[in-house]
Amino acid sequence: MNYEAVIGLEVHVQIKTHSKVFTRVVAGYGHEPNTLTDPVVLALPGTLPVMNKAALDAIIKAGLLLGCEIAPVCKWDRKQYFYPDSPKNYQISQYDQPICIGGSVEIELPGAARNIMGEHRKIPLTRIHLEEDVGKLNHHVADSLVDYNRAGTPLMEIVSEPAMHTAEEAYAYLTSIRHTMIYGGISDCDMEKGQLRCDANISIRPVGETKLGTKVELKNLNSISYVRDGIAHEIKRQLAVVAAGGKLIQETRDYDGQTGTSQSLRSKEMAHDYRYFPDPDLMPVQVDAAWKEKLRAECPELPFDKQRRFLRDYQVPYTITSVLIPERELSDFFEASAKLAGPGRAQAVGNWIANDLLRELSAAKLPLAAAKITPASLAELVGLIEAGTLLNAAAKEVFAAMFVTGEAPAAVVARLGLAAAPSDAGELEAWCRDSIAANPKALAEFKAGKDSAINAFKGPVMKAGKGKANPKLVDETLRRLLAGA
Amino acid sequence: MAAPSDLNIDRVAELSRLALTAEEKVRFSAQLGSVLGHIEQLSKIDVTGIEPTAHAFPLHNIWAADVARPGLAVADALRNAPAQRENMIVVPKVME
Amino acid sequence: MSVPLHFQSIAELSAHLAARRISSVELTQAVIARTKAVEARVHAFNSFDEPDALAQAAASDSRRAGGQSCGALDGIPIGLKDVIAVSGQPLTASSKMLANFVSPYNATVTESLQSAGAVLHGRLNCDEFAMGSSTENSAFGPAHNPWDLTRTPGGSSGGSAAALASGSAIATLGSDTGGSIRQPAALCSLVGLKPTYGLISRFGLIAYASSLDQIGPFARTVEDAAIVLGAIAGHDPRDSTSFKTEIPDYRAELKLRRGPWKLGIPKEYFGAGLDPEVGAAVEKAIAYYRALGCEIREVSLPHTRYCLDAYYVIATAEASSNLARYDGIRYGHRSKDAKDVLDVYQKSRAEGFGDEVKRRIILGTYVLSSGYYDAYYLRAQKVRTLIRQDFLNAYREVDALITPTSPIPAFKLGEKSADPLAMYLCDIYTIGVNLAGLPALSLPCGFTAGGLPIGLQLIGQPFREADLLATAHAYEQAHDWHTKFPSL
Repeated sequence: MNYEAVIGLEVHVQIKTHSKVFTRVVAGYGHEPNTLTDPVVLALPGTLPVMNKAALDAIIKAGLLLGCEIAPVCKWDRKQYFYPDSPKNYQISQYDQPICIGGSVEIELPGAARNIMGEHRKIPLTRIHLEEDVGKLNHHVADSLVDYNRAGTPLMEIVSEPAMHTAEEAYAYLTSIRHTMIYGGISDCDMEKGQLRCDANISIRPVGETKLGTKVELKNLNSISYVRDGIAHEIKRQLAVVAAGGKLIQETRDYDGQTGTSQSLRSKEMAHDYRYFPDPDLMPVQVDAAWKEKLRAECPELPFDKQRRFLRDYQVPYTITSVLIPERELSDFFEASAKLAGPGRAQAVGNWIANDLLRELSAAKLPLAAAKITPASLAELVGLIEAGTLLNAAAKEVFAAMFVTGEAPAAVVARLGLAAAPSDAGELEAWCRDSIAANPKALAEFKAGKDSAINAFKGPVMKAGKGKANPKLVDETLRRLLAGA
Repeated sequence: MAAPSDLNIDRVAELSRLALTAEEKVRFSAQLGSVLGHIEQLSKIDVTGIEPTAHAFPLHNIWAADVARPGLAVADALRNAPAQRENMIVVPKVME
Repeated sequence: MSVPLHFQSIAELSAHLAARRISSVELTQAVIARTKAVEARVHAFNSFDEPDALAQAAASDSRRAGGQSCGALDGIPIGLKDVIAVSGQPLTASSKMLANFVSPYNATVTESLQSAGAVLHGRLNCDEFAMGSSTENSAFGPAHNPWDLTRTPGGSSGGSAAALASGSAIATLGSDTGGSIRQPAALCSLVGLKPTYGLISRFGLIAYASSLDQIGPFARTVEDAAIVLGAIAGHDPRDSTSFKTEIPDYRAELKLRRGPWKLGIPKEYFGAGLDPEVGAAVEKAIAYYRALGCEIREVSLPHTRYCLDAYYVIATAEASSNLARYDGIRYGHRSKDAKDVLDVYQKSRAEGFGDEVKRRIILGTYVLSSGYYDAYYLRAQKVRTLIRQDFLNAYREVDALITPTSPIPAFKLGEKSADPLAMYLCDIYTIGVNLAGLPALSLPCGFTAGGLPIGLQLIGQPFREADLLATAHAYEQAHDWHTKFPSL
């Protein structure tokens, strides 16, 4: 019998705000333990939550970007369970009235080759809701230590329909969410910092069956490649169990990305009963059309839409767009530079960014924002090359100098004397005359109609010009002289 | 509505994280049985079409701007901690 | 001065302070001396910090000397129920769970009183986590009624009532979830006000039932209650349930708002279970209002009989959740026997909570548990809508309602402690007000033949405390119950 896997993902995304979701102490990562707390975060007796407007804006924006319906009214519920990382022993969340309903995530599956765009699909979403993050446990040999810095960070949970079938799809789904959230300025989605986390619900069923099989929840998929590997591993495991005549049990499994194995979390923990009820300390949220439209106006173009536009409007190769698109600033840099460079030069701009600029930034360990090269200076550089004023080899040198000093390319060219054309046009003409005179054989061939014979005259000219002669000008001069010869 | 005898004291104590003695279980079950017996009255009212009241004076969109403020100094945050080390709260080892 | 300082009103004492007849330090010393003299018998306090109180009093005196006095409360010793946070002071909720807890922050009402110049004096005894009607649920032992030390001062804010009635404070704050200010006020011959839900910030008030809890003053007179209310009322951005509303000068309004009022007598509040002496005293008060020219009309609150049930579902459900944070992890009692985290929870909570708290947590957990939510919690919230509607309907006909505060006067300590349901029935006249979110106050309206105080409850309209206080003031002006003090 043939089986197919059915995968649903629960993705948690930390929202980038200055303060926490229900109190105004600083939200952040990488601070000394328990330095980002206040009486509300620690759930001291008598404390009360107050919503963070920016977190609401962010989740509504996320919903708009993913095509969700934004609920006109939503409320807050307490999800109750005891755990040392949860200061109140309930989490403020949204149970039956989430703020975003439905929607979908567009994904791209791997293409036939690296330079060929893969198939696109839309993965439907169930809902997105807002909740608060918990603290962090640090496990030691004999005990555990709790740090509440993370507790109360705004967290949205994006729940997909069980509509994916392969680990590749899940990987593509998470990648797409990541790019979209980064574009929207909603989250930095750094998985190492726990800003993006993923749990997967995985089951298998015979092909053609419509009912879902026994679901296994896979936890701790805490890097984007662990998501792919962990899911692939779990599907294989389930197929093996069934192939061996075994029966799958509903369980939660913990994936260890280091060893590529998973194990059942057979904790003796009691069965959950979250006892959700509306949080009496908070009031409902009403989202009206004006609020929604204001946020919609702030929504950026989605990454895949931008990619399609780059392919269409700038004729850049797919491989270049795949480098540019994931980072909004990089793609914006490209577009600004391509516009300034003018028609027909976008591909060159894209190449410089994808190859040289990224290489230099990575070597210097700098973000794009710190680059001294601007869209305008890059466009100018490409213009000089296209005009023949600058040779490719010299251009690399100019680019390197621009990267370090931030000078305009023309200034670098002048300072380093890298201009292609000699200063004296009469000098160039003299070199050309000398070269034609020195090679009667090539002259005869050219006159006989062999156009490529012209190349034989160019070497001595370039040599005479010590490599700085503008090849375009050399070609023109030679042709003019040959025509008169 | 459920009958008062539905009160499964073991299960509810477990959910409440209260270690009750056998004597407490018997006593509380009896006492809460009579309270629940009284509460059964609620089932007699017709509440069809009645909206629940979560707040006597409902408001909406009560929030604050995202302006961060300094919080507690670590010493104040941990001042009441039963056990601490390295500026963190110590708990018995948690098995994940 | 025939009445000792510790029995005088804020209005009188603030006049003495303003006229420099006394200093705040002298007043505070007098109150502390009185506290020390009676506390062993009354047990109104969980703790008090004499040097801290005297330092606050000295600060008040120097403000006054510098011409910077803040108003009527400046220099007046006020006690807070031990569920209201004061930075640097213990905050125990009368629970073993928080026996060693020191608050690192202030409640909003604490800051309000501090900026009004009040001298905060003492952490007042109460039922554990404000759950109870007798203060017998305090882990530190019950408070005693100053009018009869063998009896309860009521609860849960029993310490707030007992301290004020015994002269150990000039005014106090309590909290009222189902009658916890009004019932002790009635049992101790005091004015006790439960403001409209949302008028006073709950930030820094240990939560029992979040949708019902409200802080309010205990005072010797209606005027004093108006003064304290004015200091603590108002919107607080730290409490999302706090209401933005104009705060009038409650004290000034007492003289401006004169009846006659249309007063409603809810017939359901005068049935079986009402002590005849209490009933008679309330009838006499009603007769007084009639004589004053008020129109008295019988009204019906048909869902009254369901108040107790709706209350015990909603309040315990919220409490079971609010008290989950007391787990022995970040603060509070941690069991010495805990071997693992589950043990920390189960044993710390078993050791740290008293019986009544445990009972309510169990009840609340049960009514929220899977399969029971709709039958209990959701249904109770719908019944709450009906109860609220009853009151709003009545207010189409009348300005305020008059009822007894408590069906019985102060009962003997120990009398009801074995029977939770009998104890719960003490609150039948006060609970509906919390469910409907209304303001209500209790004021003295007489004594039983045995010398026990009787309280009259006036229930007002939302955010119209000024009218409610004026209505009470009209009665108080013509009676002298507030001039009587227990002999201790």
